[in-house]
Amino acid sequence: MEILNLEGTEDTPKIILDKKNGIFEISGRSLPEDSAEFYRPVLEWIEQYSSEANASTDFVFKLEYFNTASSKLILDVLSALEDIKGMKIVWYFHEDDEDMEEAGQEFSELVEIPFEFKTY
Amino acid sequence: MNFIYDLHRTMMSQKLILVYQGDFTQETTKSILAMAERNIDSSGEESSIKRKVFNVMVEALQNIVKHSDELVDGQIRSHAAIFLIGRESNRYSIMSGNPIRKENIPGLKSKLEQINGLDRDGLKDLYKEIIKNTTISDKGGAGLGFVDMARKSGQKLEFEFPEMSSEYCFFCLTVHVPRETAE
Repeated sequence: MEILNLEGTEDTPKIILDKKNGIFEISGRSLPEDSAEFYRPVLEWIEQYSSEANASTDFVFKLEYFNTASSKLILDVLSALEDIKGMKIVWYFHEDDEDMEEAGQEFSELVEIPFEFKTY
Repeated sequence: MNFIYDLHRTMMSQKLILVYQGDFTQETTKSILAMAERNIDSSGEESSIKRKVFNVMVEALQNIVKHSDELVDGQIRSHAAIFLIGRESNRYSIMSGNPIRKENIPGLKSKLEQINGLDRDGLKDLYKEIIKNTTISDKGGAGLGFVDMARKSGQKLEFEFPEMSSEYCFFCLTVHVPRETAE
């Protein structure tokens, strides 16, 4: 599978989806003008990955900030990951960022995937 | 040119650290965020407070970009809106104003009143309810902006609709972010 690699910008996150090396990570800031358009390639990549997924997948979210339009798309990403066997979400939050911790907990209540919480 | 000094004095007395008036786009949003962030960083603000202010700013700015009604007055069409940030010893205030067509007020007002009627848990439930059922609108919004502002600030949303003309009012919104970390 091709690697999806997007450089982060001041309003979009850095994204690496690399099946071969087992790296699945969305990090940084997400406040794009058009969140649906921005996350479309991610959702398409996951759809393809779901039919040929690795035995286990640790999908990392290490977000500093996201806007509400992105939060809907993050839920869409999580929903797309939900049916993949061996899926685990690793949700990072800054140690003094209670809002990001709470956001992760809320997402974990909305989908049936195990979440691991880590601070950075 | 006394108005320059008057404007300066108003900004000082109202403790405003940033005022922007004009057309709002994603590009101006990014510039305003960068300026405000530098200002808040250089003041040595706690990162948790800074993040909350940033959060509310983004939602307020993107609301203007997506929802501000175009003002049509004869031949003149304008998207002009205003955005302000104030910093006092105990709180930041994120303020915005934009034209709204009168027929759009009741829907907006009832949404804001619904949010102001909810406590912390009620807001959390509403947020989850909306995020589960919403689809991204044509304008690119998820319908979560005001709920998020209320949650992140922990404060009621203050709003007014002073009249501009027979067709328009000016939607004024203020969100305070306390500088003391809430318990």
